[in-house]
Amino acid sequence: MPAIKSPALAALLALTALGLLALLLSVAVGSVSISLQDLWAVASGGGSDLHRELIMSLRAPRALAAFSTGGLLALAGALMQVLLRNPLADPYVLGISGGAAVGALGAMLIGGGLALVSGSAFAGALLSTLLVFGLAQGGGGWTPTRLLLTGVVVAAGWGAVITFMLTMSPADRLPGMLYWLMGDLSYARAPYAAWLVMILAVLLTLPLGRSLNVLARGPLQAAALGIAVKPLEWLVYVLASLLTAVAVTTAGSVGFVGLIVPHMLRLQLGNDQRIILPASVLAGGTLLTVADTLARTVMAPEQLPVGVITALLGVPTFLFLLHRNR
Amino acid sequence: MAVLDIEHLVIDIPGRGDGDPLSLQVESGQRWGVLGPNGAGKTTLLHTLAGLRAPRRGRVVLNGTPLTHLSRREVARQLAVVFQERQDSFPATVMETVLIGRHPFLSAWQRESAEDIHLAHEALSAVSLTLLEDRLVSTLSGGERQRVSIATALTQQPTIWLADEPTNHLDLHHQVAVMTLLNQQADNGAAVFMCLHDLNLAARWCDHLLLLYPDGECCSGPAEAMLVPEALERLYDQKLVVAHVNGAPVFVPG
Repeated sequence: MPAIKSPALAALLALTALGLLALLLSVAVGSVSISLQDLWAVASGGGSDLHRELIMSLRAPRALAAFSTGGLLALAGALMQVLLRNPLADPYVLGISGGAAVGALGAMLIGGGLALVSGSAFAGALLSTLLVFGLAQGGGGWTPTRLLLTGVVVAAGWGAVITFMLTMSPADRLPGMLYWLMGDLSYARAPYAAWLVMILAVLLTLPLGRSLNVLARGPLQAAALGIAVKPLEWLVYVLASLLTAVAVTTAGSVGFVGLIVPHMLRLQLGNDQRIILPASVLAGGTLLTVADTLARTVMAPEQLPVGVITALLGVPTFLFLLHRNR
Repeated sequence: MAVLDIEHLVIDIPGRGDGDPLSLQVESGQRWGVLGPNGAGKTTLLHTLAGLRAPRRGRVVLNGTPLTHLSRREVARQLAVVFQERQDSFPATVMETVLIGRHPFLSAWQRESAEDIHLAHEALSAVSLTLLEDRLVSTLSGGERQRVSIATALTQQPTIWLADEPTNHLDLHHQVAVMTLLNQQADNGAAVFMCLHDLNLAARWCDHLLLLYPDGECCSGPAEAMLVPEALERLYDQKLVVAHVNGAPVFVPG
């Protein structure tokens, strides 16, 4: 739509600029601040050894991991909201984070290393996805309502298992587990897989945007307008689950990004998925990059789990939006 | 060739016997009305004809091809449905809602062209909603939303309309306006097939009628032949008084 296209395009460009700015900020700020000149020097292959080490091995991978986690979560949240036609849906509503948490905490309990923790988190997320889907299938195929109820109940079940594991675990392992549960990027080192998944997901969802707009009008109307509803819902479900699984594997269960980012964007940009989906990736990435920068600087040298910051930012923002809407 | 060829169709209503299999042809230019009491299966029939529900038996042929051989997209390029119930969980403007009628004609990467927007504007002006095009659908009245649905179907430029109570929520003026609009569609060669609960609207605007009884029995034919007080009284289980206004029958509960 020409009437909508240019402001939307401007919004996407602005969000891209903000995202780059957030990444720059995240690389520059910390125990040792790095000036723009020094950043440039490192980027062009020079700079001091300290700066090189700090940027290349620590800050840049972490900033990129934060960005991709936020982008994946916001995209997954936007997709889940359309799939379930429920504005309160978030990436975790179907129990994916619970499954991942049980996997990750289990690995920590037996003293597994980083790779084992990530691997089990991913396996737990996929297991939970399959479980919820299988249970929701039931006798006569799944409907979004049934999927939602099944997901919520399975998530509650995982919650009980998590509490059990926490009470059973030795005291010295508890902080690591709690950090994981709140979402934590301090151990995120290899963001490249997450970036690859994020970019592929954006390329896949862009041409689906208009179909998702139609799907948001309800399954009957969508079918009457030429959408093959079941295959599209399947695709969205599998994709959103996969994105969430990659995100929790990278950074634990970071809350609120997947819920509030799509909503903030809808209030500003309308509900055209062709705009909302890429905008969610950019805004979610930016938000989590900024939140993680705050998480490792506000109480330095203490590091907060990034989930604390997103929740502290997210809870009031969401309540405000909800209040203003009604 | 009939636009919609209904062959020995039995709609699937759980717990109900098969009744009479329905066979009829809907030709281009015809205005069909479906009459029947609540729960007779009017909406189920409409959804079955649109391919949104599987029939228990029989088949539906759309412009020469059985529905089951067509993709949803191919169906949507020929057939538009105006639903009785609408769902809007997310905010959307009137213009956006009407433009989705072009969805079946656009490829995945294509944006709506100036031509599509022109069609949407025409549809909005046909239902007198031009002034509301930037409003959120959720802020409209029931009757205005009903007209938005009709405008959406208009932008689909269908060869057949399946409309479920198209005059729902409409005031008298807009009832006449919408029926006139559907009439024009038929004059331009589309077929119109609509469920109506108002006998008098059907008597005034339809040239063919299908009577659906609660047990699955049905009969159909030209309107004059179907508008027999005895048959209608049995259909609604209600005494009727017939008056004549300007030569046309008007049915009033007796």
